[in-house]
Amino acid sequence: MLELRNITCDFPGFSLTEISFSVGDGEYFILLGESGAGKSLLLEAIAGLNPVKSGVLLLNGKNITSEKIQQRGIGLVFQDQAVFPHLSVKENIAYPLKGKHLSTSEKNRIIEETAILLQISGLLDRRPETLSGGELQRVALARALVQKPKVLLLDEPLSATDSKLRSELRSLLRQINRMGQTIIHVTHDFDEAVSLADHIAIMHLGHIVQSGTPREVFGNPANEFVAHFAGIRNFFKVSITLQDGKCIAFPENDLAISIGESTDDKSGYILIRNEDILLSQAAFESSALNNFEGIVLDLYPSRAGMDVVVDIGIVLHAQISRESAEKLELAPSRKVWTHFKASSVKLIST
Amino acid sequence: MKRYSPFQLTITFAGALILLFIVAPLVGMFISTSPSDLFETARDAEVQQSIKLTIWVSLSATVFFAIAAIPLSYLLARKEFPLKSLVSGIIDLPVVIPHSAAGIAILGFVSRDSVVGKMGSAVGLNFVGHPAGIAIAMAFVSLPFLINAARDGFGSVPERLEKAALTLGASPARVFFTISLPLAWRSIVSGLILMFARGMSEFGAVIMVAYHPMITPILIYERFGAFGLKYARPVSVLFILISLTVFVALRVLARNRNQKSTPHA
Repeated sequence: MLELRNITCDFPGFSLTEISFSVGDGEYFILLGESGAGKSLLLEAIAGLNPVKSGVLLLNGKNITSEKIQQRGIGLVFQDQAVFPHLSVKENIAYPLKGKHLSTSEKNRIIEETAILLQISGLLDRRPETLSGGELQRVALARALVQKPKVLLLDEPLSATDSKLRSELRSLLRQINRMGQTIIHVTHDFDEAVSLADHIAIMHLGHIVQSGTPREVFGNPANEFVAHFAGIRNFFKVSITLQDGKCIAFPENDLAISIGESTDDKSGYILIRNEDILLSQAAFESSALNNFEGIVLDLYPSRAGMDVVVDIGIVLHAQISRESAEKLELAPSRKVWTHFKASSVKLIST
Repeated sequence: MKRYSPFQLTITFAGALILLFIVAPLVGMFISTSPSDLFETARDAEVQQSIKLTIWVSLSATVFFAIAAIPLSYLLARKEFPLKSLVSGIIDLPVVIPHSAAGIAILGFVSRDSVVGKMGSAVGLNFVGHPAGIAIAMAFVSLPFLINAARDGFGSVPERLEKAALTLGASPARVFFTISLPLAWRSIVSGLILMFARGMSEFGAVIMVAYHPMITPILIYERFGAFGLKYARPVSVLFILISLTVFVALRVLARNRNQKSTPHA
């Protein structure tokens, strides 16, 4: 198990501050964050390439904070692969095996097995400059795997690949993980994170803002940043009052939103899923407690149909089908009614 | 027909003038030397001895000093340390000071009264008037060419490759010999050739340390002083031809080696 306890690293103009999390054996752990969040710097600090100012790094109970890079047993695949350009593919993969007191036949066996796993057996005699981006990525993975690292660190391994290749590489990474390899994978891609992670940590400006399983993190975003990262647009800070036995949320104005659940909290966040919001041309009686008239600010096609942005005092994002958008004759500046049930308003305590 | 702007014509003319300035004296010297004079000079034992000594000593100085100069270049390319700018300035010093003054400095450094001179004397070696002294003088004025070229070469190797090698279990020494050195090799070889060529052509610093045994630049000077231009010219032409041959041969060898080891480059 890899454990980070209050890791702090200083760089010119940037710091990683009090980073703590643990990664269990065989776990697929994703560090998710925007560019400049400090994800790669943290990965390099775990590998020993960046100095740690304070905090402790434990690998299987052993303190490796000051351990030499080459003795940590941690493999790192860089975003740009860093395949050695003056060595053949086979020489690249063999690089970590030198000095391991293995016979030539044993080395060849390890190289061949790894090449089969990574589907690069036919590339062993090729030079790196003749390989595609996806092939280079596989070579870099093979080279990191032959040394049997206790933890494999991947820095944006799918960032420079097209969608077909990305899907193949994702499948390969899952396969490697299923074989028991502990992986810490850095990405800025939400879909990539959700499709691979056992556990996720969200990084922002050198801090871990939330960590847990994907369900825990994206089901209960700790703040607006995490919510937006997860594609949740209707996430508002609110003050809460009790009126006639019902909880009412006020998002920084007089708009009163009914909440299904009861709470003693005086403030918190509310989350409304885009697909839970109904739109209509006129007000109508329904079981929904939240009915507000608004003005369409924008509408644009999305994967699920149309996203409609409506100003009801707060800016709501609704997701409807293309057919519904046409039927309602939605257009910017037109009036529209929004409806959502109190039970679809999720309250997140602060 | 392609038309040239006045600006293009001006810079082409200026470039042609500079080229003529370099080529004309050399061509003039070659034209003024008859093949028979050249042939006779080539058979002169003193000239042969001098050219052999010049090439041998410059080559030895280049190889010997490169052993420490290349790691220093790596240090300058990769590490930040206090007074690094000062160190870089000191390395360039031999290029900017008069070479006769450099020769006086080296003479003081290796003469019998100095610490280095006394250490040499203890093992029966007197640097003054000895090929070892000549090698020191040659190295003093030519080392900046190697160090600067090698530093630029190491600087152009992506640090990520070295970091990757470290994470693959390599020690810093193995990273240096298997990643940094091979990838910077082309620049290092250029630096070695430049150092060697510069050492061979040195006159000012060497004459202060060792008039004898006589390296070719000093032999040319002596023949000019004692017998005049007519006798100095064939030696000069012969030395230039041999220097050029060695220079071109080393370049070709280095290029072939680079093409074999780094076809990507």
